[in-house]
Amino acid sequence: MDDLLSEFLTETNESLATLDLELVRLEQNPNDPALLSNIFRIVHTIKGTCGFLGLPRLEAVAHALENVLGKFRDGEMRATPAAVSLILESLDRIKMLLAQLEAKEAEPAGEDSELIGRLSQLAGGAPAPPAAPRPAAPAKAAAPAPAPKKKPEPTPAPAPTAAAAAPAKAPTPVEAKGKEPAGEAVEAKESAVAAQSIRVNVDLLENLMTMVSELVLTRNQLMQILRSQKESEFGAPLQRLSHVTTELQEGVMKTRMQPIGNAWAKLPRIVRDLSHELHKKIDLQMHGAETELDRQVLEMIKDPLTHMVRNSADHGIEMPAERAAAGKSETGTITLNAYHEGGHIIIEIADDGKGLDLERIKQKALATGLANESDLAAMTEQQIHQFIFKAGFSTAAKVTSVSGRGVGMDVVRTNIEKIGGTVEMKSYRGKGSAFVIKIPLTLAIVSALIVECAGERFAIPQISVIELVRAAANAETTVEWLNNAPVLRLRDRLLPLVSLQELLRLGKRGEQPNETFIVVAQVGTYTFGIIVDRVFDTEEIVVKPVAPILRDITMFSGNTILGDGSVIMILDPNGIAAATGEITVSESALVAEQAAAKERAREDVTSLLLFRAGFGAPKAVPLALIARLEEIDLATVEFSHDKPVVQYRGKLMPLVTIDPAYQIGKEGRQPILVFADKEHTMGLVVDEIVDIVEEHLKIEVAVDRPGLIGSAIIAGRATDLIDAGFYLTQAYRDWFGAREADEYLHEKNKRVLVVDDSPFFRNLLTPLLSVAGYEVTTVESADRALSLCEAGEDFDVIISDIEMPGMNGFEFASTVKKTPRWKDTPIVALSSHATPRDLDRGRAAGFSDYVAKFDRDALLSTLSEALSSERGAA
Amino acid sequence: MNRDMAAAPAAVKAVAEEHREFVSITVANQLFGIPVLQVQDVLSPQRITRIPLAPPEVAGSLNLRGRIVTAIDLRTRLRLPPQPKGQSGMSVVVDHGGELYSVMVDSVGEVLSLPAEMAERNPATLDPIWRDVSEGIYRLDKTLLIVLDVARVLDFSTRPEAA
Repeated sequence: MDDLLSEFLTETNESLATLDLELVRLEQNPNDPALLSNIFRIVHTIKGTCGFLGLPRLEAVAHALENVLGKFRDGEMRATPAAVSLILESLDRIKMLLAQLEAKEAEPAGEDSELIGRLSQLAGGAPAPPAAPRPAAPAKAAAPAPAPKKKPEPTPAPAPTAAAAAPAKAPTPVEAKGKEPAGEAVEAKESAVAAQSIRVNVDLLENLMTMVSELVLTRNQLMQILRSQKESEFGAPLQRLSHVTTELQEGVMKTRMQPIGNAWAKLPRIVRDLSHELHKKIDLQMHGAETELDRQVLEMIKDPLTHMVRNSADHGIEMPAERAAAGKSETGTITLNAYHEGGHIIIEIADDGKGLDLERIKQKALATGLANESDLAAMTEQQIHQFIFKAGFSTAAKVTSVSGRGVGMDVVRTNIEKIGGTVEMKSYRGKGSAFVIKIPLTLAIVSALIVECAGERFAIPQISVIELVRAAANAETTVEWLNNAPVLRLRDRLLPLVSLQELLRLGKRGEQPNETFIVVAQVGTYTFGIIVDRVFDTEEIVVKPVAPILRDITMFSGNTILGDGSVIMILDPNGIAAATGEITVSESALVAEQAAAKERAREDVTSLLLFRAGFGAPKAVPLALIARLEEIDLATVEFSHDKPVVQYRGKLMPLVTIDPAYQIGKEGRQPILVFADKEHTMGLVVDEIVDIVEEHLKIEVAVDRPGLIGSAIIAGRATDLIDAGFYLTQAYRDWFGAREADEYLHEKNKRVLVVDDSPFFRNLLTPLLSVAGYEVTTVESADRALSLCEAGEDFDVIISDIEMPGMNGFEFASTVKKTPRWKDTPIVALSSHATPRDLDRGRAAGFSDYVAKFDRDALLSTLSEALSSERGAA
Repeated sequence: MNRDMAAAPAAVKAVAEEHREFVSITVANQLFGIPVLQVQDVLSPQRITRIPLAPPEVAGSLNLRGRIVTAIDLRTRLRLPPQPKGQSGMSVVVDHGGELYSVMVDSVGEVLSLPAEMAERNPATLDPIWRDVSEGIYRLDKTLLIVLDVARVLDFSTRPEAA
């Protein structure tokens, strides 16, 4: 039998069993809206599926039934016993048809116009008409109007056929003659489909799982005993037991897990049929079908997924002509994508259709009283889109058999939230819509990294771990401290670190251990390191929720039992990120945030050191410019030429203050930022080091004051960005001016062209390079640089940014290499992310070298290398 | 087993309606009773995993035949000093709202069936924290038994701040 058909039969039989029960409840409680909409939904689903499978007889009955139920749901009619009887009769007809379908894999001949007629009559407002004298077709085997009070229990896999159900129900005079040979034939085959798969209570699986865990533990103990004995007759059988146990464990685990592809299996067919019915061209793409989901979760999201794909096909994708007119390909695409992320399973359903109709949603929101004009005016487009998740909200202009009866996104949302998930939606007019379903892994099996900190073991979901770094006091990678904040230099980036010991208050930090391990974790776009003492293996674990009294500890996402039988807490990287300053966005802000976040991710994020010095706003300086943070004893400050200096690492280090009028105190301790350049160091005196933040740098207000680049919003506050270059020149000019000139004499008057769209970098590089003895010219775009070339300007070296509006750095470099004037001028790329791939691409485009932004030393040495190689070549 | 209970009516059989059955436990020489129907298991000392950031009353969690059980230190809950070193205690596993909790005590005694006429309300002078977790008192011959209200024992949120 067709897979689709057999699944439909199993599913529908189950739905019908539910319906029987619900209808009885409805009769006792005729106006319970929740009950009504549930019944309606089930019938709606049956009708919809019938349509796709090409079962016209079933569909017709279900459609008529749905119309009646729709009236009940909308409160236009009350459910009277007579009406309920008619509904039950229709259900029995459906069951009969299903039974025939199962037996013969085709709908039986015959028609139901009489029943449909009565249903329509009822929907039309007439009191439920009594069952008319029935034609003697074998199709009439159904037991009509059974007494509801005698409904059977909703057993799993009921496979109710008319014949099987009939004797259990109160017989009516009509029924007696309904017993036809056809019914008998059906009875014999009734369980054919049911036998292929059985439905098992999840509790039973849970119990099995528990027992298997116990078995594994016992096995482990036995194996341990065995290992301590040299020769044992138990050896071979125990080995076998061990293997069987492992397989059993895997098997039981598998009973709970299924690839999401199982839920997608019928979608291609549905989409194909839909595209025929709607005369659209639709391509369905599915990625990540192998992503495993807990069975229970899968069941819960199956219907929502189908609904959403149907919606995309029906509302989202436009007619081919419309698409062509909008300049899109005639074939619309619906994309399904499933993957694991940060301890969640993400399922995306996207289409490239017309997006949501904002005006229609507004009208509907007004009509249904969900919002008034002023509410709507104050809302963003994305906020208005959220209305589609409200109950009874359908914007389809006409009720089609595909969608548009108000069974929709509200159900989707309810179902997903039932399993602790979220659904978000983004829609762009003319470009399409995308739904993102996020389901927590609470029920799923995850691979976890086991780490140790202060003698306690913890599990970290492998999914959020990017890499592991070993840091030792005398090794290349060491943990450095900025005030009390540990950081790690990792491939030209400064990684903020979180000490697990401190975070979880696992006792005082005693002696620094010789070596520690950093678990580099990622949450969204935020990357940070977790300091642990030891790293063990990875283990497959089943996440179990923590006891209710511990739920408010956000650091843990659950706990589990390891193979050795011990309980272990599972760390939640999201919680840790949130607890260490990176605040997760609340749901309401999320939608608006997402579009912005995407933009931002493309741009640079800079690590900034925030500090206070003198008066006014907090100040910030790019972290990468700072060599070290120190605290000096003010009593050791000496004066030379009336300028404050301290002895630092065997040398004199000039101290500079932000405000020239600021007087350095006489005693106590003072934090300073140490800027180093070759053997020279300079200390910038500050009052307090506040924080390190990762921020997208955007200079809001440019300032004309020396020493300041401008103001930016950092960590939510207006902050002055200091021009480190300015203070460097202050120290150098005053102190090392003469030597400086000597040292860089050979590079004096070398001309450097800086191409960068960011005023911040231009401002930063100019003083830096000037100090190093270069003559600096800056331009804000590649076009401007090329016009300088045309104007006949010559430079010894060009420094160019990669990401620039208009012509980017790669294009710029290859263009320059084609100009006769500049083709031999070395070009150094300046970029915030220097991956090996970028490097190769840069070289191919004509760059001589690649330097990370903010890396002063590397920039200067690269420049001088580039120049010397040029000299060598010349 | 606790000596004090030798004199207590130990008849476990034939529980009359006014009789209630308790698993008797001792903490710092005080006798307590936990309604027998709530008790799932009695455990010898187990390997316990600490839970950082948990309330101080939570000693950790342990594996009871594949189920994760949260261990509650009754001494801490009752603001008593920790057990002297070298003495290992016992645990009584109770079911509360479908979750299992292991209440750590000094020792576990026998099951007592106590008649209603021995029951007494909490004296007004009882320490507020103790009163909070006590369902009432039973007057035994040589000692007094405090009936623990398991739900209250497991609810740390509303504890009175007096210590």
